[in-house]
Amino acid sequence: MKQWIEKQRYLIDFTLASLARRKTRNLGLLGVYILLVFVLASVALYTHALRIEAGKVLAASPEVILQRLVAGRHDLIPPGYIDRVGRIRGVQKKEGRLWGYYYDAVVKANYTFMVPNAGGVEKGEIVVGPALERSRGLAAGNGISFRSYSGKLHTFIVADVLPQASELVSADLVLMHEEDFRAFFDYPSGHFTDIALTVANPLEVRNVALKLSAALPDSRPILRDEVLRTYASIFDWREGIVLALLSAAILAFGILAWEKASGLSADEKREIGILKAIGWETGDIIKMKFWEGLLISLTAFLVGFVAAYLHVFYYAATLFEPVLKGWSVLYPRFQLTPHIDGLQVATLFFFTVFPYAAAVLVPIWKAAITDPDAVMRG
Amino acid sequence: MIELSGIRKAFNQGQHNEYWALNGIDLAIEANKVTALRGPSGSGKTTLLTLVGCLARPTEGRVRLKREDISGLPERFLTEIRRRTFGFIFQQFNLIKGLTALENIILPAYPTGQPRRELLERAETLLANLKLGHRRDAKVEWLSGGEQQRVAICRALINDPEAVIADEPTANLDTHLAKEFMAILEALAGEGRTILLTSHDPLVVESAVVDRVVDMRDGVIVDCG
Ligand SMILES: Nc1ncnc2c1ncn2[C@@H]1O[C@H](COP(=O)(O)OP(=O)(O)OP(=O)(O)O)[C@@H](O)[C@H]1O
Ligand SMILES: [Mg+2]
Repeated sequence: MKQWIEKQRYLIDFTLASLARRKTRNLGLLGVYILLVFVLASVALYTHALRIEAGKVLAASPEVILQRLVAGRHDLIPPGYIDRVGRIRGVQKKEGRLWGYYYDAVVKANYTFMVPNAGGVEKGEIVVGPALERSRGLAAGNGISFRSYSGKLHTFIVADVLPQASELVSADLVLMHEEDFRAFFDYPSGHFTDIALTVANPLEVRNVALKLSAALPDSRPILRDEVLRTYASIFDWREGIVLALLSAAILAFGILAWEKASGLSADEKREIGILKAIGWETGDIIKMKFWEGLLISLTAFLVGFVAAYLHVFYYAATLFEPVLKGWSVLYPRFQLTPHIDGLQVATLFFFTVFPYAAAVLVPIWKAAITDPDAVMRG
Repeated sequence: MIELSGIRKAFNQGQHNEYWALNGIDLAIEANKVTALRGPSGSGKTTLLTLVGCLARPTEGRVRLKREDISGLPERFLTEIRRRTFGFIFQQFNLIKGLTALENIILPAYPTGQPRRELLERAETLLANLKLGHRRDAKVEWLSGGEQQRVAICRALINDPEAVIADEPTANLDTHLAKEFMAILEALAGEGRTILLTSHDPLVVESAVVDRVVDMRDGVIVDCG
């Protein structure tokens, strides 16, 4: 056992030494390899995190949202409208919601002003999302003024900052009291933005929607499941495009790796011959090359993956912006919550590390089983 | 120690360029003696060395090592026999570039998995014996021809083999270095090692160290000494 360990150490030592001896070539290869893992991992991490975010956003939203349409456009819900919804079987709760967008010219950002249905925000106070905390440098206890669309300045005290749990849900949110909301936007009293319906049984959602359409022809029910499906198809489509673009890179890497592997340099062949002649077994040489392949691909995988992780979760996937812009159907710009999926990592690992290790081993095998007598002839 | 009987060796057998480099060799190489193979270029000397040293297998005939037939053994066993029994000194030295003298010397011992400290000690002793101790950490490509050969000799001896095989050991050396090599050879013979070498060099084949000269021509032995 001790001998076996010692032997593996010798093999790894020798491998490291021979990697170092062909520094430029190996570094070049490692660079390309890392880049490949980085890009693939970035796409994977990004799409996965987006799906999770979207799931969270929608988990927090009600099963059905009812909007009123006037001339085909979204309009306010007038007083008394909620009662006209009447009693529909399966609907547990119906409540009017108040929310709207506000453009902050100071930092050139859009906020979502909202009145929490559960209440909890006092008059004159607001609760802000983490994005505002950052961009406007707010903390609990600070005061902040917004100029309303009518031109009047309204001042609020920040009572609290929402937790970072999911930025997509809460980043640009400003929660306020109903009276403040109506005063700020000059919102006519008794009117609401839309109606949220809670349906406990998912099988009944469709029925409820049909009944709503029948009872209120000027309304449009929006189902959470449908939104979810739309998001999913947008994500899949984008991911598909990125992967299609990437396939060229993957192919190039494949060719490179194959070339390196099958095109054993004359130097390497000579070395293998020498090692065999002086008493190394075919198995030893293959083990050595196996260590080499493993070291290179593991390094590439680790470095590439960590870089991708930082890129996606700490630098907001900046490098992807041109291609991935369309993903911001959710929000113009946001920070993703770090999330890693074991299966995804395993898949990525399998598709990047395994082919390389194999590509390196195949030709070595061929070289290693040839007779070593060629070394006698210089 | 080694007996060859009815040895024939073909290259590219069955192809249009089939060539029989050895054509019926019968030879017994005695233990603890220095045997030299002599003959014109292309007569098959190197080919014969590769068969004796288990670097290649004969196309026909038998190789016996200490009465045991080894011509039919699978590759793994041949490798082990080669590692334990033979040390090789190649004409081109065949050191691995980028590694130091010391690292080159201990390479043949890696598959045995012996502790590194022991290996290094042994290698240092060998280097010191050949007056090369001061060059032990030099990369081999910076060594002179004579120094490279001495490193190659140390490497051949690291596993303490019974037999040493050398192909044209003085071909790349000047007269002075060739004489030094013969002195080393004499010392090895004095330690009781079996030595088999090939050479055109009169300095080698006519030396008193060589016990027996075998003459070859066109893949057969014309004078077995
Ligand atoms: N791999 C090979 N394929 C084909 N022919 C070969 C091969 N190796 C050797 N030969 C041929 O076999 C013959 C004997 O070669 P060998 O190297 O044994 O001669 P040698 O006596 O050592 O010659 P030298 O004194 O020039 O070293 C030569 O004609 C050579 O061309
Ligand atoms: Mg020769």
